[in-house]
Amino acid sequence: MSALVEARGLRRVLGGEVPAILIDGIDMDVRRDEFLAITGPSGSGKSSLLYLLGLLDVPSAGEVTIDGRATSKLNEEARARLRLETLGFVFQFHFLLPEFSVLENVALPMRALGRLSDAAIAARSMDLLVSLGLGEHAHKRPEQMSGGQRQRVAIARALANDPKLVLADEPTGNLDTASSAQVLGILRAMCGPGSGKSVVVVTHDLGIAEQADRRLNIVDGKVSA
Amino acid sequence: MSGMNRLVVSIARTHVLARLRQTLVGVFGVAIGVGFSVMMASIMEGSQDDFVRQLVDSLPHISVTDERREPPRQPADQAFDAAEIHGLTTKQLRPGIKNPYAIMAALEGWLPGAVAPSVQAKAVIRFAGRDTAASVTGIDPKREPDVSKLATQIRDGSLDALYKSSNAIILGSGLAKKAGARIGNSVVVTAGTGRTISATVVAISHAGVTQIDDNTSYVLIKTGQILAGQTGLVNELRVKAHDVMQARAVAARIEAETGYKATSWQEAHEDLLSAFQMRNFIMYTVVSAILMVASFGTYNIISTITHEKTRDIAIMKSLGFPSYVVRQIFVVESMMIGITGLLLGWLLGYLMSYGMAQIEFKSPFMDATHLPIIYAPAHYAIAGTVALIASVIAGFFPARKAAALQPVDIIRGAS
Repeated sequence: MSALVEARGLRRVLGGEVPAILIDGIDMDVRRDEFLAITGPSGSGKSSLLYLLGLLDVPSAGEVTIDGRATSKLNEEARARLRLETLGFVFQFHFLLPEFSVLENVALPMRALGRLSDAAIAARSMDLLVSLGLGEHAHKRPEQMSGGQRQRVAIARALANDPKLVLADEPTGNLDTASSAQVLGILRAMCGPGSGKSVVVVTHDLGIAEQADRRLNIVDGKVSA
Repeated sequence: MSGMNRLVVSIARTHVLARLRQTLVGVFGVAIGVGFSVMMASIMEGSQDDFVRQLVDSLPHISVTDERREPPRQPADQAFDAAEIHGLTTKQLRPGIKNPYAIMAALEGWLPGAVAPSVQAKAVIRFAGRDTAASVTGIDPKREPDVSKLATQIRDGSLDALYKSSNAIILGSGLAKKAGARIGNSVVVTAGTGRTISATVVAISHAGVTQIDDNTSYVLIKTGQILAGQTGLVNELRVKAHDVMQARAVAARIEAETGYKATSWQEAHEDLLSAFQMRNFIMYTVVSAILMVASFGTYNIISTITHEKTRDIAIMKSLGFPSYVVRQIFVVESMMIGITGLLLGWLLGYLMSYGMAQIEFKSPFMDATHLPIIYAPAHYAIAGTVALIASVIAGFFPARKAAALQPVDIIRGAS
């Protein structure tokens, strides 16, 4: 079976008087149903690689193929649509919309995709929150919740459209040990044989990396052996 | 409404309600702009309409006089290609309209209105040793009510009173006041031809336009002819059109058919109407400027929201919201402020116009007692449309900037 994500000759250079090479010719795959950890020291380019894999950034050279679909020729709107349908994101900061309730935040990607009825969206949002232990907080605002709870809401939102790939950038970076373990457990549990989901986590926490199916170490924008 | 549109409206509503104080400032800015625009337009056009109406009511819609638009060619000019003419003397007497009653009968065949004959003469009215210059109009009291509002403008006496005395005269209110004459007084009228008659004041008219009331007097057409020194003279046909705005076209046809100069009220007051056009242009420029200033408030608010919401925009785009949806969110926010503002502005404009209409007002030229106001839907539509367009434009630029944000720049900066 082909890989879910294939990156070939990936290169990202930031322009300027002195161009900065963020990613320097990376070839990599994300396999189906796998939990992949991208590790490396600070500034090594691991987050930049995640943004390229998640179509948030455009490579200077190379190609990212997601589920058999080449993305380098896609315009911004098509890339946005592919993100909405196929990808879920969890960032170090939860990035929840503060004026909306937790339930509304989780519903947001489903409402944007527009495949489900309002009732179905509300039901799925609540199911996701309940499955992550947040059912009783559904109508709270994000600021009324702890950091760990907000990050779990962000995970629920990432799962809203049932994405094939969840991309997490230092998802436990701002959490205490107990919350980190809880978030990691959720991410780890969502992928596995037959799950139909892959998770890519960028981390510098070796404890997380050890729980991954596979680990990709990045140094100076290149895959390190 | 589609799911995406509902989402756009929902996010936009949440944003504007979350910044209620700023939103209210924007809404009141638009409301005050729209309100004052409506009020200004109501007053300006109200006063203009009132003035024009009084002017039109006081004068014939069309005046057919015994003049030609172009001076007639001399017979020698018609006979020869080149002619040198010496020693011509102009006629001392007014030529008058030839066969006026035949022309009137012909006009009544098609004219969308009524026609009446009159004689115009300049005279001096002497009373109690005081001479007052006046314009004397000889009229037919039976036909006159069809072509003017003179009958309704008589304050003391009546139009038919002209028949009660051998030489009866109706004086304009201002003229009577200047001369010091009252009903029943006998005045001496001396025409420019030198003919003098003694006339009895039988009524006082009041048109409400100072220029008319101070200078005009009315006599029977026969008396007018005596003053003019020409028996059977009719030097003006006064026409009232059913549709006052058609007067120009009707005048052109009368002129084409009779050959006599027919002047519509629009032509007679061309300068005044041009001044009104200029006034309206200035008014709408000022109104647009007010609304543009109000739209800067909206621009400021939407800019602030987009600035504050940079992170939210980034996350929405990272989730997969297309750029055009992000743009729509902020344009809709701007429209929400604009629409709420214009609805409040309409109410404010109506209330201010109503309030203005209650103010007592004295004009040296007119005798209106209150500010003439018109409540025209067009004023509300124009102010509303301009406000809405200004709001959309005010929201568009920050919205475009927001839509152009690259989420990775924000996310990278945040982490």
